[in-house]
Amino acid sequence: MCGIVGLFLKDPKLEPKLGAMLTDMLTTMTDRGPDSAGIAIYVRPQKGRAKITLQSSQPDIDFKDIAKLMTKAMGGKVSAEIKNTHVVLDVPAKKLDEAREAITALRPGVKVMSAGESIEIFKEVGLPKDVAARFGVSKMAGTHGIGHTRMATESAVTTMGAHPFSTGADQCLVHNGSLSNHNSVRRDLKRAGMTFETENDTEVAAAFISHKLQEGEKLGSAMEATLTDLDGFFTFVVGTHNGFGVVRDPIACKPAVMAETDQYVAFGSEYRALVNLPGIDKARVWEPEPATVYFWER
Amino acid sequence: MQTFDLSAQGLRALNSSLHALRGQTTNMTSWEIINPRGAHAIAAGVDAPVEITVRGSTGYYCAGMNKQATIRIAGSAGPGVAENMMSGTVIIDGDASQYAGATGRGGLLVIKGNASSRCGISMKGIDIVVHGNIGHMSAFMAQSGNLVVLGDAGEALGDSLYEARLFVRGSVKTLGTDCIEKEMRPEHYEALEQLLRRGEADGKAKPEQFRRYGSARKLYTFNIDNASAY
Repeated sequence: MCGIVGLFLKDPKLEPKLGAMLTDMLTTMTDRGPDSAGIAIYVRPQKGRAKITLQSSQPDIDFKDIAKLMTKAMGGKVSAEIKNTHVVLDVPAKKLDEAREAITALRPGVKVMSAGESIEIFKEVGLPKDVAARFGVSKMAGTHGIGHTRMATESAVTTMGAHPFSTGADQCLVHNGSLSNHNSVRRDLKRAGMTFETENDTEVAAAFISHKLQEGEKLGSAMEATLTDLDGFFTFVVGTHNGFGVVRDPIACKPAVMAETDQYVAFGSEYRALVNLPGIDKARVWEPEPATVYFWER
Repeated sequence: MQTFDLSAQGLRALNSSLHALRGQTTNMTSWEIINPRGAHAIAAGVDAPVEITVRGSTGYYCAGMNKQATIRIAGSAGPGVAENMMSGTVIIDGDASQYAGATGRGGLLVIKGNASSRCGISMKGIDIVVHGNIGHMSAFMAQSGNLVVLGDAGEALGDSLYEARLFVRGSVKTLGTDCIEKEMRPEHYEALEQLLRRGEADGKAKPEQFRRYGSARKLYTFNIDNASAY
């Protein structure tokens, strides 16, 4: 199964509540997948700054003095906010790539969850409410976000196998379904220079879209291409620094419900996930059509 | 009128109260369910001639296996509404998600809005009236009963159809394998008139506006020319 939720805010007044709303939506979807959970939050960017979110299985050792060491290694101010097994590093935007390299050299064991000007990804094995609580997601503000609770099918139940998958700056993707041609697509993408952290099928879909965006395609056409090049069952929800998109395969057996008001666009695997949103009784609620790309950008 | 607050009292209490009505002489013939909040299996397995109104939208399998009851959803329904209905009536004021009325053996399902994919899949005697459109693969392997659609039908309507009758007023994107258009004869106009009336659609559409689709009967009947393929 798997449960997906997503929220794209149009009304800035709701931004302080983004984390709380997403946490509530995701917790409602717990029984669609209890294996692992993750949330990507897009926070309003600070001018000239970027963020890298890292995960470690031994945060006490890996994150000790990380800000100081990174500042020294990079020659530019780096600050760190440790949240349980993750740390969000605030780095100069121009030095984002250098920062990634510096981390890999300093702490080879840590995993990069996300990098970009606004994205932060937190994911771990466990139930949505526990995972969200570990990272204090409900206190987070942001412009849009995506959450996922996983029932694993294609790869192991691990932190790195949890969704969302991020394969490009400020990009992420979550998936309900399973892909059958992910190995051949992964091979092609590797030849094209994309790198992979797992054997997971969803990571291939994320990298597929990231690769298209790198080649200069727009979000809409990149998502459109999944319909011809990816084989299998999918409902994807995709995030970029300013956008939020949804696409379902032509068979469309993986459920999806959307709601739109003047204040937000919301996605849920089921209507249950949306019932606590403000003004839901008057929202336009619909089921996204099969093989049809929907996206919103600000 | 029995009012049941689903968010306060819970699904199990609701369904066991409704199941307890089976075979009883009761004056509790009118039920209202409030705060459904998209919950699953609301009023599934009811077997009593009672009237139930759900005030809001429902999740998976609402009114599944219904016998005798009249269940109205004053909202939209999630996947598998009225799945395997045996008798009675289910009316949805809003839209229905995928496989509405799947495998239904009897009774009447009315969807006032649109139904998505696989509406009436493998239907076996149920009558379904959809005021809006239906999605792809509807009436797949449908065996008997009637599917009436006032709007349009999606791809592969009636694929691998047996003997169900399909009436569509709008366009059909594509017909499935072995599904063909058939002539409307007097008995079809008559049947359709009744179905529209029962489906609360007689004010919206007239029988002569519909086309009929059915099985070409080439897929499920043995053809001696194909013997070597077996």
